[in-house]
Amino acid sequence: MIKVLFFARIRDQVGCSELELSLPEGVSNLGELTALVKRQSDTFEAALSDQQLLVAVNQEMANPAMTIEDGDEIAYFPPVTGG
Amino acid sequence: MKQSDIRVQPEDFDFGKEYQNLRSRSGGAGALVFFAGLVRDFNAGGGLSGIVLEHYPAMTQKSLQRIAEDALRRWELAAITIIHRVGELHNHEQIVLVGVAARHRAEAFDAAQFIMDYLKTEAPFWKKEVLSSGETEWVDAKNSDHLARDRW
Repeated sequence: MIKVLFFARIRDQVGCSELELSLPEGVSNLGELTALVKRQSDTFEAALSDQQLLVAVNQEMANPAMTIEDGDEIAYFPPVTGG
Repeated sequence: MKQSDIRVQPEDFDFGKEYQNLRSRSGGAGALVFFAGLVRDFNAGGGLSGIVLEHYPAMTQKSLQRIAEDALRRWELAAITIIHRVGELHNHEQIVLVGVAARHRAEAFDAAQFIMDYLKTEAPFWKKEVLSSGETEWVDAKNSDHLARDRW
């Protein structure tokens, strides 16, 4: 299973903070996983199409080419605003 | 003696105690530089009553640790303290503290700026402003923060 987390504005947009997905055949990188999550609904499609969207894989910033494996934790969030 | 002391917590911090804490870890340092960030009581649209700070707990500590390690690689520093609060904070409360101990002031000032610039652009915290009306609004990231980081 893959754990998918949403934070801040992105969480408010999709209306949930966490999803559990089983990794289907043919999904091996982050870009493919994001496409899969977008297909959940129009709301997900809109939220994850945000140009400024950031993604972390296992708590490290990641890019779409990054390989995804069973057991990974993926997090989608907007640009950070701490400090 | 721990070179980096990094804490993410809802509780407030005591600046005087943190000064003594960094000083006690600073070895032969000749310079201590501190930055404290406070909750502002206004934004471009008017008055605020406070903020709510959300974070990604599993990633926050790691991210701050990495920023501290980068600073330690870049400058010869004796010790670093980073404290960042989360949760509901009212106007004028303390949000963040960065303290750096170094042999001379130039590297202490530079390292403190470096840590804040990276913290503001890479550590997974998000601010939501609570308006005087009680409504809430997510804060947008500022391009000037990215420009500040890119100078390093």
